[in-house]
Amino acid sequence: MADVVLNNIVKTYNKGEVKAVNNVSFEVNKGELFGLIGADGAGKTSIFRILTTLLLPNSGTASVNGFDVVKDYKAIRKNVGYMPGKFSLYQDLSVEENLNFFATVFNTTVTENYDLVKNIYVQLEPFKNRRSGKLSGGMKQKLALCCALIHRPTVLFLDEPTTGVDAVSRREFWEMLKGLKQQGITILVSTPYMDEATLCERIALIQNGSIMSIDTPDEIVKQFPENLFAVRADNMSRLLNMLRSNKQIKSCFSFGDFHHITFQDDNELSQNKLIQTLQEARFKDIELKHITPTIEDCFIKLMN
Amino acid sequence: MRTLGFLLRKEFKQIFRNKSLLPMIFVAPIIQLLILPLAADYEVKDINISIVDHDHSTYSQQLISKVTASGYFQLADYGNSFKRALKLIESDKSDLILEIPQGFEKNLIRENKEKLFVAVNAINGVKAGLGGAYLAQIISTYNNDIRMRWLQQPKFNPMPQIEVTSSNWFNPHLNYRFFMVPGILAVLVTMVGAYMCGLNIVKEKEVGTIEQINVTPIKKYQFILAKLVPFWIIGIFIFSVGLFLVARWVYGIVPVGSLLLLYSYMSLYMVAVLGLGLLISTFSDTQQQAMSITFFFIIIFMLMSGLFTSIDSMPHWAYIIAKCNPVTYFIEVVRMIVLKGSSFSDIKYHFLVMVGFAIFLNGFAIMNYRKTS
Repeated sequence: MADVVLNNIVKTYNKGEVKAVNNVSFEVNKGELFGLIGADGAGKTSIFRILTTLLLPNSGTASVNGFDVVKDYKAIRKNVGYMPGKFSLYQDLSVEENLNFFATVFNTTVTENYDLVKNIYVQLEPFKNRRSGKLSGGMKQKLALCCALIHRPTVLFLDEPTTGVDAVSRREFWEMLKGLKQQGITILVSTPYMDEATLCERIALIQNGSIMSIDTPDEIVKQFPENLFAVRADNMSRLLNMLRSNKQIKSCFSFGDFHHITFQDDNELSQNKLIQTLQEARFKDIELKHITPTIEDCFIKLMN
Repeated sequence: MRTLGFLLRKEFKQIFRNKSLLPMIFVAPIIQLLILPLAADYEVKDINISIVDHDHSTYSQQLISKVTASGYFQLADYGNSFKRALKLIESDKSDLILEIPQGFEKNLIRENKEKLFVAVNAINGVKAGLGGAYLAQIISTYNNDIRMRWLQQPKFNPMPQIEVTSSNWFNPHLNYRFFMVPGILAVLVTMVGAYMCGLNIVKEKEVGTIEQINVTPIKKYQFILAKLVPFWIIGIFIFSVGLFLVARWVYGIVPVGSLLLLYSYMSLYMVAVLGLGLLISTFSDTQQQAMSITFFFIIIFMLMSGLFTSIDSMPHWAYIIAKCNPVTYFIEVVRMIVLKGSSFSDIKYHFLVMVGFAIFLNGFAIMNYRKTS
């Protein structure tokens, strides 16, 4: 059964000038960890705001827990947890006060649902009397997650929860999400980081308000249509220019230590030919290897 | 109800933790009440006068001593050159010139008639007008004195004369502060209501906390009430401090009328002004915007409220604007109850108008407030 359903949702801003969400449809199953992956400005936050009843769609329907986001917004507000991309707890209240406050506005208490947030809250406990504005970025995220969970929501919406958080905290955060999933909470999370995509059960790749692909990360990778190669040499920037002007190469993008390329004619011959060309151009330490694509490769492929 | 209680507790916690807001709420009003009424004084004193005396007679001396002894005038210069006196006016050292012609005494006695010349620097209209009037009054009193001395009083007054004696009611000593303090009290309460409540709501928008609140089951009316009530209480608190502490102990103003009536009107007025703050907050997304809009309204409300200038003497169009200004009614009522001891039947109409303001401003604000965009 699907917990979150979107049907042809359209949202425009500035009287139709800016199309933020363009005919988006997808479903999130009960107890699923679903990722919405896309660059900044792709329309992720607009989708979240529509699903959390903060924004009215121009057309299309959406439901959360079977409740319509427009008609039954009151029921949705009781049952979902939302963590906006921007830290939006009361900075002048302490950690404990924030948690208590959000528990009481949902007509519950911290003790009642403590088991749900316990694993996260123990890390915050030493700072419970500190004002939330004075916490570090990672701690703020954890507190925000606690506050979004304290009323035991059935669906959790996390809008870019790991943006601006260090690598260690990010990893911890995803561990927590896995733990929550085991409690049966449906989680919809958005992120601009492609490496986090593999941590979700299913992902939707979104670009300019349109969904490009929805599947499990493995499936999306499998659907990559060509063989992907990584190439490296001593002068990477010259190499990039050279590869891009080479007629043999179909696509070429810079990926950290390597450039990822695909060939026009995908065979051994063109690989050898490329190495030969590079050697003639006096590149040193040339390395060419076949690799399995990442989500980011798929994303870039779909974008073009 | 329970939710409202939690929201209120949160609001008060936040207000009392705000290190810049707290002094604004509690210290600023007292300082303003101490400074403004003393500074904003309409009584014109210490007018600098230059006297050009071409006569040097006993009579001219008598006139000069009458002028300087009146308390209104400060003798800036005494000489016999009008040119020199005019220079003093030009350099702003003197406000008035009184020129006594040659043969002042002689002509007055012989021909029963003499002319004096008064020149006034009219850049400051109030000072010039009042200075000229004071001087004319002194001269005419002096004139009467001389007449009494020289003319034999006829048995019957040949011409019917009306003598005017006036008595000042409600403020017998024409103490300007009695007029100003209640007005400034009203202004302070207005500031708290319009500024602080509006800014507080917009702050939640600006920081983003309203996003988190909007996805909770908190109802619109609960959120709004939780914002209004604390400032309503603070407004009443400030008013009380001003009335019982500053007005009574510093200025000696004891309300003549019923305190209950005063407080009920003030409570109603606070609801209307909080509605204004709320309305402004629904139109703005940042505190800066809210501040600018409120500033615009507050300035107009202050200047057109009858605080400094009587609204009855305004041109008709301005009078109409002043009548659309809630502050006008509140200042009027505070003055009426505190100074005159007006009763409910005197301010029935004011009550009615304020109820209208409260309903209009709050209704409009609530209609305009949206949890969903």
